[in-house]
Amino acid sequence: MTSVLDRPQGRHAGAAPRRRLVVVGNGMAGARAVEEILARGGAEQFTITMFGDEPYGNYNRIMLSHVLSGEESDADIFLNALPWYRENSITLHAGVRVDRIDKFTKHVFSNDGRVTPYDTLIIATGSRSHMPPMDGLYTPGGSVKHGVFGFRTIDDTRRMVQHAQQEHHRRAVVIGGGLLGLEAAYGLKSHGIDVEVVHSGGHLMNAQMGPDGGAVLRRSVEALGIRVHTSSRTTAVLGSDMVSGVSLRDREDIACDMVVVAAGIRPNVDVAVLSGLPVERAIVVDDRLRVQDEDDIYAVGECVQHRGEVYGLVAPLWEQAVVLANHVTGVDTSAAYLGSRTATKLKVAGVDVASMGLHGPEFDTDEHIVFSEPSRGIFKSIVVRDNKMVGATLLGDSRKVAYLTQAYDRGLPLPDERIALMFDVGGPGEAVGVAELDDGAQVCNCNGVSKKALVDAVKGGCSTVSGAMDATRAGKGCGSCKLLVRQVVEWAADGAVEEDPAASYYVPGIPLDKPALMAAIRKQGLRSVSQVFTALAPGSAEDAKSKMGLASLLKMMLADRYIDERDARFINDRVHANIQRDGTFSVVPQMKGGVTSVQQLRRIADVAEKHNVPLIKLTGGQRIDLLGIPKEDLPQVWADLDMPSGYAYGKSFRTVKTCVGKDFCRYGTGDSTKLGIEIESRFQGIESPAKLKLAVSGCPRNCAESLVKDVGVVAVEGGRWELYVGGAAGAHIRKGDLLATVDHPEEVKVLTGRFMQYYREQANWLERTYSFVPRVGIEHLRAVIVEDSEGVAAQLDAAMQASVDSYVDPWSERDDPLTPGQFRTSLPLTVLPQVPVR
Amino acid sequence: MSADPISTEPVSTSSHILGPVDQIPFGEGRAFGVDGEQVAVFRLRDGTLRALSAVCPHRGGPIADGTIDREVVMCPLHQHAFSLETGCSSTGAEPLRTYSVQEDAEQNIVLKYPHIRGNSLA
Repeated sequence: MTSVLDRPQGRHAGAAPRRRLVVVGNGMAGARAVEEILARGGAEQFTITMFGDEPYGNYNRIMLSHVLSGEESDADIFLNALPWYRENSITLHAGVRVDRIDKFTKHVFSNDGRVTPYDTLIIATGSRSHMPPMDGLYTPGGSVKHGVFGFRTIDDTRRMVQHAQQEHHRRAVVIGGGLLGLEAAYGLKSHGIDVEVVHSGGHLMNAQMGPDGGAVLRRSVEALGIRVHTSSRTTAVLGSDMVSGVSLRDREDIACDMVVVAAGIRPNVDVAVLSGLPVERAIVVDDRLRVQDEDDIYAVGECVQHRGEVYGLVAPLWEQAVVLANHVTGVDTSAAYLGSRTATKLKVAGVDVASMGLHGPEFDTDEHIVFSEPSRGIFKSIVVRDNKMVGATLLGDSRKVAYLTQAYDRGLPLPDERIALMFDVGGPGEAVGVAELDDGAQVCNCNGVSKKALVDAVKGGCSTVSGAMDATRAGKGCGSCKLLVRQVVEWAADGAVEEDPAASYYVPGIPLDKPALMAAIRKQGLRSVSQVFTALAPGSAEDAKSKMGLASLLKMMLADRYIDERDARFINDRVHANIQRDGTFSVVPQMKGGVTSVQQLRRIADVAEKHNVPLIKLTGGQRIDLLGIPKEDLPQVWADLDMPSGYAYGKSFRTVKTCVGKDFCRYGTGDSTKLGIEIESRFQGIESPAKLKLAVSGCPRNCAESLVKDVGVVAVEGGRWELYVGGAAGAHIRKGDLLATVDHPEEVKVLTGRFMQYYREQANWLERTYSFVPRVGIEHLRAVIVEDSEGVAAQLDAAMQASVDSYVDPWSERDDPLTPGQFRTSLPLTVLPQVPVR
Repeated sequence: MSADPISTEPVSTSSHILGPVDQIPFGEGRAFGVDGEQVAVFRLRDGTLRALSAVCPHRGGPIADGTIDREVVMCPLHQHAFSLETGCSSTGAEPLRTYSVQEDAEQNIVLKYPHIRGNSLA
């Protein structure tokens, strides 16, 4: 563990007292409003407190479908993770629900018993899944029946993934054939589940398109193997304890193991109603986003009703947040929100879908231009009134989306030849749409990147899409703009855009995937990182971003035949300690299995005293962390400690957490401490594609948290041991998969080593086991590692043994630095930023 | 932001000898205090030298501890990348200041340091 706790900076003496801004709701609307307020100097005006129902920072709800389908990990969808709140001195009460607001005394009451005063209040409570009335939805106890899911939160999504991954779950019914329902169906399909969609409307996505478009979409969806029932209503969920199927009106029952309810959303207005605020369909606000008749209460997002409209899309929320922030901070008190014209532009179930305004003609004088090619899944429909575009639907081909969106938003005059709206007739292709975009047009709404910023990045030499994305951060938010980003970059590069095949490379600087790279290294007998660059990199060019991954790979492949070049290592691996935010380092001596002794404790205490260690901290891996050690002091600290390195840095095996085990614990069935120490001794210092954290628990109570480790071992009754792999409890949470149950601790060690070696050989650089295990599949791992189906077990064991044999404690070099100035300070003369000393 | 060319600013530039070049291993960087400033000097694998301001403009990271190739240095704290030649960032950070640096006949590091603030301690 290396994190250093921070605390808010002290206030400037003599500054005016800040007003108290309280935000109820920590979703996309609440957090965006706060970002806009901060961008207007709000940090100087307010002390900010936020309440969130969910125990996380704020994340991009739109991307949950990608998490469900496995295209993104849930760690990737956070817009602001917890450090953002700390860095901006925002007090976040995550996992705390606000029950009531007293608008007269200006206090907020939350379910943790807290009473929080405010000067200005923002309500951003969002919405929740709507559960339409049907029999059997709830258990007699009042909770939703096991196997029934909403699709609204990260927890919903994680539970769905977990449920879908259980082997005996084969069939799912999704209730709702709108955008969310189709995303859920598509995501579940990618887990190998048979999916049927039940939709009450006459055609799919009837809120976004007309019947003809819906028919084409249905064809595309059914081509994915998803069955669709339209004009059909679910009347009951079947099954007593567990879901066993659904009953439909007018049709036969459908048997299934899970039901996902995606039948729309309802604004969360309970707090507002209970607190006496004006609520109709949602909380009623004026053009300033102020709650009607309230001076100090604002509301924003899906919980808001403005001029009779309630929005369920992101763009209106962004526009609202800007107006709200202008008023709250006083930066622009004339700002007004006048409603949003909504356009949807998404990939739904793998199909490009764009929709804006009207679905079809309303007046006799409306023009309706339609092109339909169902066999290719393409449908385009445009509604024109008074030579202005008032609506469009595009399916399966979104090349003209950029232009059409702008034409719709701004009411641009249209070409006489209407067909040019849909196709590039004789023109230079899709670029036209992009060429017509204004320079200032915002391409990426999450990070506020304009067309001009992207064009400038390309002119500045970013000739790949990913390069331009890196340089501008465009497309790094929700990702819905990636297509448009690509179009802009291709247009700006004028055809010179380079394809970016680097996605499959093991490291970015060598154009080979891992198997090909390993084969080339073997074939050419390469033994150092610089040899690899010379032999395999384009132009023999070194690449800083590739060095660490190559060093790790070579060490794994070659053990003691590896030629170690220090410049290929990250600074942590050059000085065997973990760099901290102020450029000092943290030192973690080895403490196998979390067991220590009087002598070790005394020595650590003496060293901490002698070197004025500013912070001594127990890590999550049961060790002692000495933080704030200047680089130049590291050799002396280690000499004084005279203990081996605990490898709390680098991409390597780190620690084995253990519980007390059977000697002391009343419940312990196995000697977890002994086995943990043996595992830690055996695999100390082993390099791997990412860090490895292990645990051994002495009984199924799991005090060492073995189920959420890269490798976790649990003693069970009868002297047997269960081995779990691919667990995690960090930014990503995953319960490990059961690899094997064995009779003897020696077998645990063999299988642990074999799994680790297989992971070292097969995983991508920086791919944690929680991604690796589901990617290759636990069945495959069981076959290869436990049953030796590929006949490679002996090779894996031998390769691991070679690595084990080549272990040298890195701190043996402490008296004799390997390179000149290895431990020389690199700190600035004035140290910044200062890490607070406790 | 480049300090080149050095020869056109004879009055405002001074040379500092920072000691033997072999105090920097090939492919690594070391920090030097020069005139009250911290300068990171890198020795590329081909033996040539580069010098940049040693403090990352993003969060004050120690640039001399960064990983380099022939073109860029990556700050160890948040992996912002800076051109060793121009100091410009390819990851959206503010640029680093660059200095002209050479090796003299006695294998010493020679840094040309422009007195932009007139606060020379020499």
